[in-house]
Formats: sequence, C-alpha cells, structure tokens
Amino acid sequence: MPRRVAIVGTGHSKFGVRSDASIPELAWEAISEAMKEAGIEGRDIDLVVMGNVGGWSSEPLPAIVSLEYAGLEGKPVYRVEAACATGSAAIKAARDAIASGDADIALVFGVEKMNESPTPTVVEFIGRAGNYFWEFENFGLTFPGYYALYATAYMSKYGATEEDMCMVSVKNHYYASHNPKAQFPRKIDVESCMGSRYVAWPLKLLDSSPITDGAAAVVLASEDVASKLTDSPVWIEAIGAASDTSNLSKRAQFTSLRAARLAVEQAYKRAGIERERAASEFDLAEVHDCFTIAEIMAYEDLGFARPGEGYMLAREEQTYIGGLIPVNLSGGLKAKGHPLAATGVSMAVDIVRQLHGRVEKGRQAPIKRGRAIAHNIGGTGHYAYVTIYSSSKPR
Amino acid sequence: MSQKEEADRFLAQMESFANAMKESVGVPVLMDQKTGSLLWYSQRELKLRYVISVERVRKFFESLPEGKILATRCRVTGKVFFPPQRDCPDHPGEELEWVELPNQGELLTFTMITVKPYSFSHYDDYIVGIARLENGVNVLAWVREKDPKKLRVGMKVRLVVTRREPEGYFTYEIVPADQDA
Repeated sequence: MPRRVAIVGTGHSKFGVRSDASIPELAWEAISEAMKEAGIEGRDIDLVVMGNVGGWSSEPLPAIVSLEYAGLEGKPVYRVEAACATGSAAIKAARDAIASGDADIALVFGVEKMNESPTPTVVEFIGRAGNYFWEFENFGLTFPGYYALYATAYMSKYGATEEDMCMVSVKNHYYASHNPKAQFPRKIDVESCMGSRYVAWPLKLLDSSPITDGAAAVVLASEDVASKLTDSPVWIEAIGAASDTSNLSKRAQFTSLRAARLAVEQAYKRAGIERERAASEFDLAEVHDCFTIAEIMAYEDLGFARPGEGYMLAREEQTYIGGLIPVNLSGGLKAKGHPLAATGVSMAVDIVRQLHGRVEKGRQAPIKRGRAIAHNIGGTGHYAYVTIYSSSKPR
Repeated sequence: MSQKEEADRFLAQMESFANAMKESVGVPVLMDQKTGSLLWYSQRELKLRYVISVERVRKFFESLPEGKILATRCRVTGKVFFPPQRDCPDHPGEELEWVELPNQGELLTFTMITVKPYSFSHYDDYIVGIARLENGVNVLAWVREKDPKKLRVGMKVRLVVTRREPEGYFTYEIVPADQDA
C-alpha cells in the first residue's frame, strides 16, 4: 500500500531577468524558503530531486552545484528532465520515493537560468525540443511555431479568433499584477496584445510566455512526518502522466493535446473525479499557458469546456475569480514567467499557498473544496503531468 | 538588417565591451542592459555541430536527388513509417520495405516563423506546414508561399523535392496545388 505524501514547505524566487543571481544562488532563494517554511534542517532530508532543462546555462551539473552551495552535499540526488514539465516530473519522482517508503522527507527544486545565453540561442534550443533531426534540422521550428501549428488548426476548425487568445493573456497579466514574484506584474489590454508583433503567425509576442530565470522548491513528507511538521499539509492526491510523439507530423490532430487528455484521464480516475463535473471539483487550476492557445486547449483537455468551446470560456471571462473556475491566478506562464524546470514546482507552490488562503489580495481564490489542479505540459504536448492537490487527506 | 546581422552585432557589442573592461579593470565583466547587474563574459566559446547517424535510412537520402521521397513500410501490417525507420516496433527483426510517398495531399495546419532560431536567422521569414498525404501519412516541411493569409487549412498541396539554398542540399517542401512545380 503506497504511503500518503504531503507538501509541508514551499519556496519561490522572484521570476524574471535575474542577472543578479547565479544558478546556485537562485536555487538557494527557493530552497532556503521551503526548508524554513517546513521547519527542517539539511540533516532531515533523505532525498533531493532536482529539475533543470539547461543547455542555455553554463553548469552541466546544476544539481550538484546547487547542493554544494546549499550545504546539502552528500545527499542522494538526481536531476530529472521532462522539458517544460520537468518540475512536475521532479515532484512525481519524490512523491514516488516517499510513497514507496524509500524516503520520509524529500526536497524538490527546479531552477532555470535562461538568460545566460543570448535570445537567438535560447530560441534555437527550445526550437530543437521536438524531433531535432526530422523537424528542426531542415525546417527551423521554434517553440511558438509548434504551438502556432495548433493555433491555426484550432482557429480554422472552431472559429476562435486572435482576440479570443489575447483574452487569456489579458487575464493572466491581470492576476500577475497582484503577484510580486511575477516577471510582468502589470496589466495589459486586448489592444496592446493585438498590436504586438507576430513571433510565429498567428501567435504574437503577447500570446507568448517570456524567457525567464527563476527557481521554486517544495518539501515533501510522508504522512507520519508531515503531521509532526505542520497543521496544514497539502496532500498530493493523484498524479497522471503521459507522453506523445516527438515528430508533430505523427499526431492525428492539432486541436487538442493527446498527452494532456491521457494524463487528465489517469488523474481523474485516481481521484474519483468525473470529467464532466471537473470544473466544480476544484477551487482553482494552474494550467500550462506557455502560449494563449495552450490555455484554451487546456480548458478542453481538463473537461472544463467541451471540445471546440474552450475559447468561449476566455471570451466570456469564465476563468476569472467568480467564473466557472479560476485559472492561473499566479499570472500563469504568460505573465508570472516560465523558467522551464521551475514552472511545475512553481504551480505546486502557488496552489499550496492558495489552499492555505495566504496569497496576495486580488488573486486569492475563495477556498471551499480545498482542492486544486496543476496541468503542466512539456514541449509541445510531448510530456504531460496533471497533479491534484488537496488539503483534506486523500482516501 | 537580417536577424542574423542583428544577433551578431549584439554579440560583437558585448564582446568589445568585455574586452574594454579587461583593458580597464582587468576582468571580462559587463553591465546587464536590463538590470544593471554585473555579468562575467565567458572567455570560452563552444562551436556545436553534430554528426548524425543515417546509415540505416541511407536510401532516403540517396533517393532525394532523384526526386523521390521515400518512407518505409512493414511487410506484415502494411503500416507506413515517415520519417522512415528501420524497425517495426510490432514485428521485431522483420525488415521493412522502402516505398515512395504519394505527392498529393492537403494542408492540415501552418505557421510563419518570424522570430527565427539563430541557425535559421539568415533566411527570410518562412512558412512551416503539415500536409496529410493521400495515404494518410503526415509530412512537416516548409511551404512555398510567403504570405500565410493566402493559405488555408484543407487546401490541396503537393510534396516535392527541392534544393535548399544557400546551403545547396536536397530536401522536400509543400507546394500549394495551384502553384507551378
């Protein structure tokens, strides 16, 4: 019987252009805050799981470099990679280790320093993340380019507009304006989004998540240990994970992410949630809005809207607080920023703080069910992790 | 100015600034333009170029200059693999046969890349699309068109071999059916 696992501490650096801090310094900001919040010391940690995608940053062994800086050298550690879903994969790896009895307390952190290379180099690295040989080498896709292929197909099939996509960006910037950790803590309007330049037609600059430096950390503990450390653990109720083809050409359609649908199905099954009622089961959702079209597809893949109707939720402002379900109250990847490997951990940090009712006024969801969901996608639907968090102990 | 010239100019500026700092303060540091933080300009530059194994799909590349675009097919199930691969996961050990792809299809989706990767920054903006061929196989490639508004999902297209310049090598591209070959 697997053991129950809870988050007992959270840490989050300021996201943005963090030229003031190196990789281990940035990691330390999140690690030290999470350990302090959990009330633990280095000697209490049984396992460290670290997430970093890298390539653009100088340290090839960022896990080791960060642990030495944090005084945690000697601990068992590995680095995981699931592209932009790396942080959620790291949480799953640590959750599994605790559930199996291999560890009682695990530290998970994700850190990314994307600004150590010039922008065209970063654009190149992310563009290579798919199938390098068959789709990048000759055709030079970019990350916005991959999602633009989905946007074109979605808009053509369902009649969504560029304005609908901009509505997502406007919402996420609105909530980021209440989040001091966000890279862009300021509002935008539909006009400025529509007026921003194309990066990969039909996606524009303000449809896109930025190049971000940042770190986030959580401390996970087994049930016995968690009850000693805190009165308000947030439990990992269920995780669903899946993947899809590296070549986009091998996909059957471009209006929905298959990996996301598979991961959602698994997570809902494990938590006993009916897909049709999903929106009413959670106080909030953090979803993977690397591009605005991705958030619209997420609404559908999560069952918040029927296929082809996700853009209507954006158009009708149903994903603000007070609507059908509040989505990305952190500002999302779009406006909070997207330091790849930190993103999944950042979602967990923000969800824990939301469920505790301790985020900034203006972006705090009313907490009634004590349950929230994180939807974290790696690459262009290449990886998907869906994690359900709950303040009540799972069955 | 092409995106490549822009990027190279930016890098050259950083380098000359770091060189000037070496002269004046003795270390290669510079101020970050956005934050004012001090950055170390790494003195080690790595050139990255891969050599990639294509031995097992060499026929694909040998056929391109003849104008043929090949896929592989499992002799047992008839499943066609594109990109071509040597092994059928369902029938280990079974040798796949080479087949020519049909050249007619329809456009499933497309985008125009305006912010380009560094190694593509010498090209004009280019359109990438995915076509579904008559046998149900999808192919991703550049589309021979400069204006994305002239394309639409579902339009008839052809898949043709083309020579990519300025590099001068054979690859394939998607051509709207109303254009001449």
